[in-house]
Amino acid sequence: MPRLWRFDETIDTDVLAPGKYMKSPLAEIAAHCLEAVRPDFAVSVGSGDVVLGTANFGVGSSREQAAEVLRHLGIAAVIAPSFAGIFYRNAINLGLPVFTLPDDLYQHPGLADGAELIFDFDAAALTLTASGEVLTLDPLPVFLRDMILDGGLIPHLEKRFQADIEEKGVS
Amino acid sequence: METLARKLIARAAGQSEVTTGDVVVCDVDLAMIHDSGGPRRVKPMLERLGRNVWDKDRVVVISDHYVPADSDETRAIQALTRQWVQDEHIDNFYDEQGICHVVLPERGHLAPGMFCVGGDSHSPTGGAFGAYMFGVGATEMAGVLATGSIWLRVPETILIEWDNHLGSYVTAKDMMLAVCGRIGMGGGRYQAIQYAGSAVRDLSMQERMTLSNMAAELGAQAGLIAPDDLTVAFVNEAGGTLSDDWRDYRIEIADDPADHLLFDAAALSPQIAAPHSPANAADADEFSDTNFDVAYIGACTGAKYVDLAAAASVLKGRRIASGITLKVAPASRQDQDRAVRDGVMKILEDAGAQFLPNSCGICAGYGDDRLAEDDVCLSSTARNFKGRMGAPGSRVYLASPYTVAASAVVGRMRDPRDLMGN
Ligand code: SF4
Repeated sequence: MPRLWRFDETIDTDVLAPGKYMKSPLAEIAAHCLEAVRPDFAVSVGSGDVVLGTANFGVGSSREQAAEVLRHLGIAAVIAPSFAGIFYRNAINLGLPVFTLPDDLYQHPGLADGAELIFDFDAAALTLTASGEVLTLDPLPVFLRDMILDGGLIPHLEKRFQADIEEKGVS
Repeated sequence: METLARKLIARAAGQSEVTTGDVVVCDVDLAMIHDSGGPRRVKPMLERLGRNVWDKDRVVVISDHYVPADSDETRAIQALTRQWVQDEHIDNFYDEQGICHVVLPERGHLAPGMFCVGGDSHSPTGGAFGAYMFGVGATEMAGVLATGSIWLRVPETILIEWDNHLGSYVTAKDMMLAVCGRIGMGGGRYQAIQYAGSAVRDLSMQERMTLSNMAAELGAQAGLIAPDDLTVAFVNEAGGTLSDDWRDYRIEIADDPADHLLFDAAALSPQIAAPHSPANAADADEFSDTNFDVAYIGACTGAKYVDLAAAASVLKGRRIASGITLKVAPASRQDQDRAVRDGVMKILEDAGAQFLPNSCGICAGYGDDRLAEDDVCLSSTARNFKGRMGAPGSRVYLASPYTVAASAVVGRMRDPRDLMGN
């Protein structure tokens, strides 16, 4: 059952993708994702899990790998009261769902570390397994939602260019 | 109310106005990439998309990070860059001519009203010309190069207003360190910063560039300054093209964005930021007599012509103290030539400076010339993150060129006014 990973400290790009491993392949960087704050994260995380962070999530450098490792580890969504700008852009361009949530929801007792839940991208909602309660996140603008659905900017453009070719009947 | 940021974004989005929080798609007037994040990263993505650059005349390529190429790996990066520029028929290629953020405006590529992206985090520098310019990662840049457009969430605006006038030996760099010290590195929260006030209008274009450049240190997306006669003179001299409506790109203090920070330029002292964050800034006095080994005048932030001239005004007729190494990496070939012509380089040389190529140099820590373990450096650059400029055990303090030069003469960190009298 997918679970919530709640972080109450500021998560920066160095914690997500430690500088020391930046020259290594993505899988290697991912193996060290968040180890500075939660040594068991990379080994225990499962597909469909959700990360909940504090304000300004992903602050730091412009390295795209900070978002890429979370997607690589199977994280279904990252949720935070706010995101650092470049991280937010990188996440969407790499197809990693990122959602903000209102303050009162952030305080919800059901959003405890380890809580079992199901994330629904289309509804932008979390269903808490224990209570069955559905928590609705801030919706994404349609434009960004479509890009994430396509898997990020490059596949999104591939699809768009393909459509252009089919429409015009030229290559 | 309209802010300058929203006006610039609306123009690029082809809308009469935009609202904060809207996601819009903007046409890009210019895309700048450098040797590190540029061709070697975007080439495979463009190939996957089966695309060439959307408009070769709107792309500027500048080699500055791996300069000089001092290994087989970096020589290969330079060779790939040159080949790609040729394959894409890009004429706007500046190979080892200086640092991208300085070369771009000096060669006339920026003008008020433009909407630009750069493949580097200090791209907000372009905001000094009344252009909306910001930094993007390699994937986004590939998207821009393939389509000529980019999505943007219309940001909130912060107004940073500097009243009164700066005293002698106090600079734009000190203004920014003071702002970092007050609101911290996340203080910008990806907003668009607008700089205004009498002390901002007093600044030369190159000093204004320092304000916009360090918007990056605040975590802002852009750092805008409204164009005026100085901007126009600079753009004309650089051979740029001005649009007739440049006067429309104003900053109205009365627009009063939610965040409005007011600073008093007359009360500002030279600043020094301790390792490992620009936010550790305080009056230079507080660091008086701190030891250091290397004085560095470099980077897009701190080695433009005005910065070299500032250092020279302190070093004229003086020599650096024994035990201090002074390294100077003039930000561009053009600025260096000007400094040679009017004697600035000679003054620096006579004072004991060693010169490095016109490139990112020690600032990026990419080449052989880096700080050694336990080196303490007083630097005119923008960032002093741990290990950025060399060995993990090196420590970097940030200051203005005046403060770096005066401290190099004294042999300890100093407020330049102590040396120069005020
Ligand atoms: S000089 Fe430093 S801050 Fe400027 S572009 Fe180069 S590495 Fe970045």
